[in-house]
Amino acid sequence: MNLLTIILSGFREIKAHWFRSALTMFGVICGVASLVTMAAFVKGKENLLRESLAQSGGLERITIESEDDLPDYQKHLEDEIRGITLKDVYALKNNAPLVYNVTPIIQKRSFRSDLRVTRKEKSTRFTLLQGTWPESLDIMDHEIEHGRMFSEIEDHLAKNVCVIGTEVRNSLFGEYDENGETIVPIDETIFINYKPFKIVGMLKEYMTEADRKKKEEAKKNKGATQRGFDWRSMRYKDSNSRRSMIVYSSKNSTILIPLNTLVSKLDSSFESGSKMDRSLSELTMKIFDVSLLEKSLQQVRNVLLRTHNGLEDFEFETQESFADDITQAIYNERTSGMFIAGICLLVGGIGIINIMLSSISERVREIGIRKSIGATNLDMFSQILTESVVLAVSGGIIGLIASPFLIDALASYAPDTTPPIMTVESMFIGFSFSAITGSLAGLIPAIKAAKLDPIEALRYD
Amino acid sequence: MPLLELRDIHKTYYLGGETIRALDGVTLDIDSGEFISIIGPSGSGKSTLMHIIGCLDSPTSGTINLDGVMIHNASARQLASIRNKKIGFVFQFFNLLPKLTVRQNVELPMIYSGFSSKERRERAMNALESVNMEDRSKHRPSQLSGGQQQRTAIARALVNNPKIIFADEPTGNLDSNTGERILQMFDKLHTEGKTVMLVTHDPEIAAVTPRRIEIRDGKIANEIDPKLSGQTPRFNIGTKN
Repeated sequence: MNLLTIILSGFREIKAHWFRSALTMFGVICGVASLVTMAAFVKGKENLLRESLAQSGGLERITIESEDDLPDYQKHLEDEIRGITLKDVYALKNNAPLVYNVTPIIQKRSFRSDLRVTRKEKSTRFTLLQGTWPESLDIMDHEIEHGRMFSEIEDHLAKNVCVIGTEVRNSLFGEYDENGETIVPIDETIFINYKPFKIVGMLKEYMTEADRKKKEEAKKNKGATQRGFDWRSMRYKDSNSRRSMIVYSSKNSTILIPLNTLVSKLDSSFESGSKMDRSLSELTMKIFDVSLLEKSLQQVRNVLLRTHNGLEDFEFETQESFADDITQAIYNERTSGMFIAGICLLVGGIGIINIMLSSISERVREIGIRKSIGATNLDMFSQILTESVVLAVSGGIIGLIASPFLIDALASYAPDTTPPIMTVESMFIGFSFSAITGSLAGLIPAIKAAKLDPIEALRYD
Repeated sequence: MPLLELRDIHKTYYLGGETIRALDGVTLDIDSGEFISIIGPSGSGKSTLMHIIGCLDSPTSGTINLDGVMIHNASARQLASIRNKKIGFVFQFFNLLPKLTVRQNVELPMIYSGFSSKERRERAMNALESVNMEDRSKHRPSQLSGGQQQRTAIARALVNNPKIIFADEPTGNLDSNTGERILQMFDKLHTEGKTVMLVTHDPEIAAVTPRRIEIRDGKIANEIDPKLSGQTPRFNIGTKN
């Protein structure tokens, strides 16, 4: 008996009891569809997290911040704390060859109320002012879309120039003018703490790939007057996604000005002495080789211990913890998703076993007849097994066809979630799982059919 | 050499500690082209005998040689192949598969012997023609009368051109007219040279065959064989009294 004939007879069985078969298949359909859907949502989230990791400078970026809390054995030296200063920057530039682009940053945030960014009667909320060097463009993974970055000379001369993020533009100028054109406020003047600053450049708008697509579509559909996105509305509810959204929104709300300008013109707390002693908010740099992270950190630590006279009043922050969080979150979601889909498939498989067993007791006579006219035990075994596999695989295929619709439905029902991405692997896995479920579920009934004694089976009513 | 050679066949069942001798030393030769009936009351062992000769069951002891193959110690796989190629069964309850059409039912044995679908169709139609069922080939068994169903079953038994055809109470589920026509069909097969074995409890039906073997308590109790005794068979279908 060849395979095609067996498969055809499997389909005939399904057709003969189509309602029962549909109910049986439903379990497998649910299992496969939920597996593929789950994988799509997890993949969507994974992509978002990975993009945001790259957006915040990648694994190569390390940051050093001041730490007021000294280790126990240095507690008595708390008076000596000076924080991170430009001295450290130069020391690292000269003495730590494993790192590059060492960049000082002094930050001010508008919600701490020591920063006010205004233009006419408009002002911004949640703005991040960074006084820094031109190198910070690379280290923060910024990209200038219009205009230019301020130069080293402007930094040296403490010029009132700034580079703004798109969210700052949106607050002070609006995103589109009355003709629907994007506003580019280069050479306009804004006021930072009531001092005029000339805009020399604007950063590009940072957003996830998926959101960029959505925005372009929205622009096409609803015309340019539509405000595409409001980053502050916090579209993402769970902590990891929110963290990655903060990466995007804070980059968009950034104003970059020369470090010198900030220190000499905006800094009320800075009283006297050398600029070299001004304590920095943070110091950020990149390492040449991520695999040498530990060594690089040790080198930086050695240099800083020297400039800080042995005081450990600084701490490192690497992106590694973020990366670990991402890996952990993805792992968790995958595991729970697989677990749920696995339960669905298990239930589907049990449904198949159940139906095949009851169909065999219905078909005892048929099995007897087939054996009496020459079917071997193996023939009966493969017939029942194939029927079960055909049932499960048909369910699997329907499940695959259904999953894009399910994904769309879920995504539109719950817009809070990250945009799902359907992957070929997950479809392949779902399909193979349905085939495996079918063969495992068919095993017991098939053995039962093969073992049936033809005389008993023929006598059976 | 006879087509079928049974030597001292025993079949013993153990049911709840009790030993049942269904067959108790049956020795029998059947030649090619014979028309035989096995007769006996229910429980006599005639069905067991047919199952054993028909390769559905194995004897407890004794040897069987069917067309040169020792089937008493053949494997399940060999037995299936013998059932498929050398034996045709006709049952009391027709035993057609209700979901298949008449033609598909007749094709069924050939599916297990590996014919191409074109060949299967051709041979099935030929077999149906020989039982005058060719115009019903697309019907389902439920749409046929009992006689038509039994003729389909005969076509199915014939389709692989078997060495021997077993008919187990083939008229038991038919009215007497239809039953007679089925018996005539077996007689026709016999005159065409087929070996046919009827199994029945009814002496009237057994009377159509030249050779009759009566089984009682698992033993051959009586045998009428024209070759041995020169008796002429009483062949008078339709004159029951």
